[in-house]
Amino acid sequence: MSTQSPSKPAATPRVRAGVHFMGGDFACAEGALAAGVDFFAGYPITPSTEVCEHLAQRLPQVGGKFVQMEDELASIAAIIGASAAGARSLTATSGPGFSLMMENIGLAAMMEVPCVIVDVMRGSPSTGLPTGVGQADIYQARWGSHGDYAVIAYCPSSPQECFDLTIQAFNAADKYRVPVMVMMDEVIGHMTEKVVIPPASEIPFTPRKRPSLPPGDSEYLPYMPDDDLVPPMAHAGEGYKIHMTGLTHDERGYPALSAEPHEKLVNRLVDKIRVHAADIVMHEDFLLDDAETIVVAFGCTARSARAAVNLARRQGVRAGLLRPITAWPFPTARIKELIAAGQVKQFVVPEINLGQVRREVERLTQLPVRRVHRAGGAMITPETILEAIVQ
Amino acid sequence: MTTTGPTAAIVAKKHPVDDLLRADRLPHILCPGCGIGTTMHCYLEALVESGVHVDKHVCVSGIGCSGRTAGYVKVDSYHSTHGRALPFALGIAVYRPELTVTVISGDGDLSSIGGNHLIHAARRNVNMTVICINNFNYGMTGGQAGPTTPMTAKSGTTPYGVADKPFNLPHLVNAVGANFVARWSVLHARQLKDSILRGMRKPGFAFIEVLSPCPTGFGRPNDVGEGIEEMLKYHRRCKWDDKARLEDVDIDMLRPDSPVIVGNFVDRDRPAFCPATGAPPASPTGATEESTKERAAMKDAH
Repeated sequence: MSTQSPSKPAATPRVRAGVHFMGGDFACAEGALAAGVDFFAGYPITPSTEVCEHLAQRLPQVGGKFVQMEDELASIAAIIGASAAGARSLTATSGPGFSLMMENIGLAAMMEVPCVIVDVMRGSPSTGLPTGVGQADIYQARWGSHGDYAVIAYCPSSPQECFDLTIQAFNAADKYRVPVMVMMDEVIGHMTEKVVIPPASEIPFTPRKRPSLPPGDSEYLPYMPDDDLVPPMAHAGEGYKIHMTGLTHDERGYPALSAEPHEKLVNRLVDKIRVHAADIVMHEDFLLDDAETIVVAFGCTARSARAAVNLARRQGVRAGLLRPITAWPFPTARIKELIAAGQVKQFVVPEINLGQVRREVERLTQLPVRRVHRAGGAMITPETILEAIVQ
Repeated sequence: MTTTGPTAAIVAKKHPVDDLLRADRLPHILCPGCGIGTTMHCYLEALVESGVHVDKHVCVSGIGCSGRTAGYVKVDSYHSTHGRALPFALGIAVYRPELTVTVISGDGDLSSIGGNHLIHAARRNVNMTVICINNFNYGMTGGQAGPTTPMTAKSGTTPYGVADKPFNLPHLVNAVGANFVARWSVLHARQLKDSILRGMRKPGFAFIEVLSPCPTGFGRPNDVGEGIEEMLKYHRRCKWDDKARLEDVDIDMLRPDSPVIVGNFVDRDRPAFCPATGAPPASPTGATEESTKERAAMKDAH
């Protein structure tokens, strides 16, 4: 029995350094805390609810604000508002909620307000399979809101990566001033594994780019980009008297409703990610050196794919795994490089959707791309992937 | 006057709220006779009178004619998406509680597409002032009916007349517990400014409905006439009654004999929204550790 007084709860550190046995959703929440999240707004939805519940408990303990909103439209709006006021802000959801967030993901892209959106994918479309796994929101992450813009999306494949990549997501959001998605799937979200949380001093931190000019300096233009195409960001309450709008705007942030400023702005929103793709893209190569069959798989399916590659190797088949860690930007350059090396004879793309990543691979090559798809509700087994490899 | 020479023109070199407008964005896009400019002025006067430094004021709006206000006022200003001004503003107000957050948007933005956010922001009693400019139609899109358009009114989407009952916004917002609820027309510039100021100073959710002429979208198809004629209707029909029963303050601009009730209807002191801090809750009964244990034991026994 605890002897602790109920009026003195144990001080819970923001970074719970140590070795844990932890679920993916919890690891994601702990990653957000380690990254310095100080505002969360969300709405419960399976299979992401644990992220929300865990932060409901943990965030107030470390001085952050947790708000349960009336819906996902409000959740995403609130985290953009909080971020505009200087917060590192987060929401977590699943497919149906992710759909509702699309409107304001476009706003975050247009206003260039950093924020992180966790989407724990379940069987879809519509209400689909609330408790069953899916991986079919990959295109939605990239193209879900109307118009041309660019985002960054990470696909963790283990609870450890849920922790690591959530930190990475915050850093990338602040560095490039974009909405960043952490695209988990139900299996990864609900899987419990070893998670190592390093001490606070070892958590990577990329600060948001801030104005170097003082408030009131007429030289400061809120949307004048630096050479990296990212403009420094002023926050509400600092005296800059900034204006942010979802309308097409000029460097002052003022509405500029004609073709020329629109061309300039939309191209920059896409280019600021495109030109930095080499810095942003992450992937894992497994036994690719001599691979004639390359399996491209992400999230929970990458775990089956790794097993399938091992099974194939035992049969003497030269197979390897390319695991995109960023779905967006997609590791296009790496795949092109592997094709150019001339060794690869075929690709196999298993995924729990009807061919989203497959299309990304197909458009890079004339080589056969074998499809191993299922619509959702269960993982793809190593044996099924193996069949496609050895076919 | 008997003077025959040219009258000396009185030209103000500087308007008292010039510094609070983004002069480089003027002239504004609003139609002649529109009441949004008056409302904006009342907001800025209240802002000055509030004594809160201008750097600590934030203006958030949604989409529509009224939603353009954020683009003209020279404070930190955010022109968010259609209907989402309130949750956007909540993010700012909760994260930076020291800021004075005002939402200025239209009736369609706040009560139709943003209606769910309105009732929840009022229910939570989020510390912000909401200025809801009600011009009885969707003006920016050229005059369509919305949830405040009177029954039988003609509009782009109701060529045969509106068939559904409009919102009584003060009643709605009061029902879910907002701390301050008022309604004025733009003719009541002084009272409106005072209400906005009270809203800014009031912890919790303050909601001020502002009746505004829209000669282009609402006036023309409904024979209301020009802006000035709609103003004359307010002059003739508005009745100031702070004690009005809010279920009775429906507005019907098209029924000539019906009064339009205005006033500062609600002023209460429910605690403003404050997310959990993680500190143990203060015991309302002054319970000791012993009595807490006792209660726990009783709970176990049950």
